[in-house]
Amino acid sequence: MDLRFTPEEVAFREEVRAFIRDNLPPEIRERMRLGHPPRKQDTIAWQRILNRKGWAAYSWPKEWGGPGWSPIQRMIFLEENLSAPAPEMLSFNITMIGPVLIQFGTEAQKRRFLPRAANLDDWWCQGFSEPGAGSDLASLKTRAVREGDHYVVNGQKIWTSTAHNADWCFCLVRTNPQAAKRQEGISFLLIDMRTPGVEVRPIISIDGSHHLNEVFFTDVKVPVENLVGEENRGWNVAKYLLGNERTGIARLGKSKERVRFAKEVAREVRKRGRPLIEDRAFRARVAQLEVDMKALEITQLRVVSAYAKSADGRPDPLSSVLKIKGTELLQATSELAMDVGGPQAMPVWQQELAQLANEPPIGPEWAPQMAPNYLMLRAASIYGGTNEIQKNILTKAVLGL
Amino acid sequence: MDFDLTDDQRLLTESITRLLADQYAFDQRKAILKSSQGWSPALWGKYAELGLLGLPIAEEHGGFGGGAVEVMLLMQVFGRHLVLEPYLATVVLGGTAIRLAGDAGQKGEILPAIASGAMKLAFAHYEREARYDIADVQTTATPKDGGFVLEGAKSVVLHGDCADRLIVSARTAGGRDDAEGISLFLVDAGAEGVARRGYPLRDGTRAAELSLSGVRVPASALLGERDNALPVIERVVEAGIAATAAEVVGAMEAMQAMTLEYLKTRQQFGRPIGENQALQHRAAEMLVALEQGRSMAMLASMMVEEPDAAERARSISMAKVGVGQAGRFVSQQAIQLHGGIGMTDEYAVGHFFRRVMVIEHLFGDTDWHLDRLADQVA
Ligand SMILES: Cc1cc2nc3c(=O)[nH]c(=O)nc-3n(C[C@H](O)[C@H](O)[C@H](O)COP(=O)(O)OP(=O)(O)OC[C@H]3O[C@@H](n4cnc5c(N)ncnc54)[C@H](O)[C@@H]3O)c2cc1C
Repeated sequence: MDLRFTPEEVAFREEVRAFIRDNLPPEIRERMRLGHPPRKQDTIAWQRILNRKGWAAYSWPKEWGGPGWSPIQRMIFLEENLSAPAPEMLSFNITMIGPVLIQFGTEAQKRRFLPRAANLDDWWCQGFSEPGAGSDLASLKTRAVREGDHYVVNGQKIWTSTAHNADWCFCLVRTNPQAAKRQEGISFLLIDMRTPGVEVRPIISIDGSHHLNEVFFTDVKVPVENLVGEENRGWNVAKYLLGNERTGIARLGKSKERVRFAKEVAREVRKRGRPLIEDRAFRARVAQLEVDMKALEITQLRVVSAYAKSADGRPDPLSSVLKIKGTELLQATSELAMDVGGPQAMPVWQQELAQLANEPPIGPEWAPQMAPNYLMLRAASIYGGTNEIQKNILTKAVLGL
Repeated sequence: MDFDLTDDQRLLTESITRLLADQYAFDQRKAILKSSQGWSPALWGKYAELGLLGLPIAEEHGGFGGGAVEVMLLMQVFGRHLVLEPYLATVVLGGTAIRLAGDAGQKGEILPAIASGAMKLAFAHYEREARYDIADVQTTATPKDGGFVLEGAKSVVLHGDCADRLIVSARTAGGRDDAEGISLFLVDAGAEGVARRGYPLRDGTRAAELSLSGVRVPASALLGERDNALPVIERVVEAGIAATAAEVVGAMEAMQAMTLEYLKTRQQFGRPIGENQALQHRAAEMLVALEQGRSMAMLASMMVEEPDAAERARSISMAKVGVGQAGRFVSQQAIQLHGGIGMTDEYAVGHFFRRVMVIEHLFGDTDWHLDRLADQVA
């Protein structure tokens, strides 16, 4: 038992930290530090810089352009990247479609899609959820009917993040409505977003941003070669995708970075005549979060090192602990940063528009961005399997109740 | 002890509920939100007609002669519909300041104008660096030619963009953070040297940044005692806390009702999600929080006219904490139990969520008031 990193791991962390420091464009870092979400071009630019170094596809094997890192190295890398703060690699590309194709794809699919996914030449989106199929994903209705060398797809997806940026969508569709079990009639298809019949409609979320979409498919022709795995066996692919990359699930680096930021700005803000950072109640709240983050850090290390040693590579049900606690901390730390801003965090001040009109910010520039961050992170306990569903997994798979 | 409403109070609630059911459905509200002002002058007129703008104003000044309980009832219904009009700014904050500090002439001029809907007020007190500290006033008022010259800036002034008259706090003596030396002034929004920049807050209600440079006001603009406005400011803030506490209760009621309905109708895994005991208990916890919050909003309203300043302040802080915590829990759970749909701007839950979030950050947040209470633990 030793909680410390090995000298090699420490050296690795230093290497990652130095690379990010020297290569992350300062204006991207500064925007993110002030709480702005990365813009499309920021995500692309940073992922390409990392890809040139061979790091973007951080969880992939060397053979397909990844660095071939151990789970511990991946965890260190993700944390350094988040706490920089730098844009996250597009998860649809790196932790979803990439590993799926490496595991289930044909040689042709791998060659065609993997290098472009790593370099973000293609922006992928995830077409799983439907209006009637959220937590109960297996009840999905979008139909795909085989006609010669094509599938014809009809139906609707919802909550499709960044579909409006996307070139491709990996989709779950129903190919056999008569199957004995609902899970057995589902297939996994890759759909080119520029195919006729694909329509993307925006959904504005409570933070005022356009992140979510509805995607409608009307007689969309998808070549049979875009089927991943076997027909009617798509559920296995989906399960692999959802369980595959658990190292980054807690996004702990983000919570740490937010607490660091909150402490920094708490020096600029006053409470009862003194800097907020000197206030006992504020310090106790920060201390509590630091306790929770430390516990999660060690739990995460335990899960990751067990995973590294496991022979079967099956996801640990304890990774649900990481998801539950990790999202609770993302929410609590964004709430902290908003509360530091106080009333100054409440105005809607759109930086881009305001700068065009030559308007000065309302209060400190960072403050108005804290509320939308907090608002958007309410979704962290909803997407990727709600925290209630995570608890159901724990009660069944771990507790046997 | 009596928690029953009088017949008049019940009638009041019914008439506001009827008006808003007719005029403030979610889609109608959305249209108001999109309008250039961000609130409805037509409805403002309706409120005047119904006597709502004069609710807490004495009959001799053209009001209805109601008290804190009537304001609580109204704000609760306003909270259920997320009313966007400048009621809090004009009637509650502005009206309280005039009622408590105005001389006969100021009351005679302004209170009837509030009640008739002819004048809107804004309480221009908090400054950018003050956060929640009410004595942190850096704006100055310097005597000149028998009047004063105001210099400084005010931040996140609720409905400051549409107000006709501003109630501005400024230092006539003392230094930053001193309890003494603050005075209140009535300033015409159109006066020379007054600049306003309006914007929406996260919940869609309006606010403004206000700058005052070389604004000249006559001696008669002084509202209340010179150098000794802090006790009045404190009471205005307390009135704001009591009113918004009731508003949060209304918002929690709405979220609770919507969530309950959703638990009964949303089907996953072949049955309503509300059949999962985990969610049943969550709904029960929301109810517990709502009822505890409701009690605290009542406390605030009962105590807002209490003459003992220390006891009053303590009760109001307790209410701000209790309602703040309840509001946060109920609104966070309301989104969570709705899943994805709760995250969309098209759906009402998120609008209630944001109103509760904004109110949390007005007049001192939960931490701030809890800290004030902690000082007094005996
Ligand atoms: C910001 C955001 C981004 C998203 N991005 C994507 C994306 O890119 N691609 C995609 O396919 N999907 C995406 N989703 C969809 C997401 O995966 C679903 O919202 C999620 O699976 C929940 O489904 P639902 O919204 O239909 O809620 P529901 O499943 O209807 O759940 C409603 C509530 O009931 C609870 N509940 C349901 N069943 C049970 C049960 N058995 N026991 C206890 N509680 C239960 C849930 O926990 C929740 O609180 C995104 C969602 C959000 C909010």
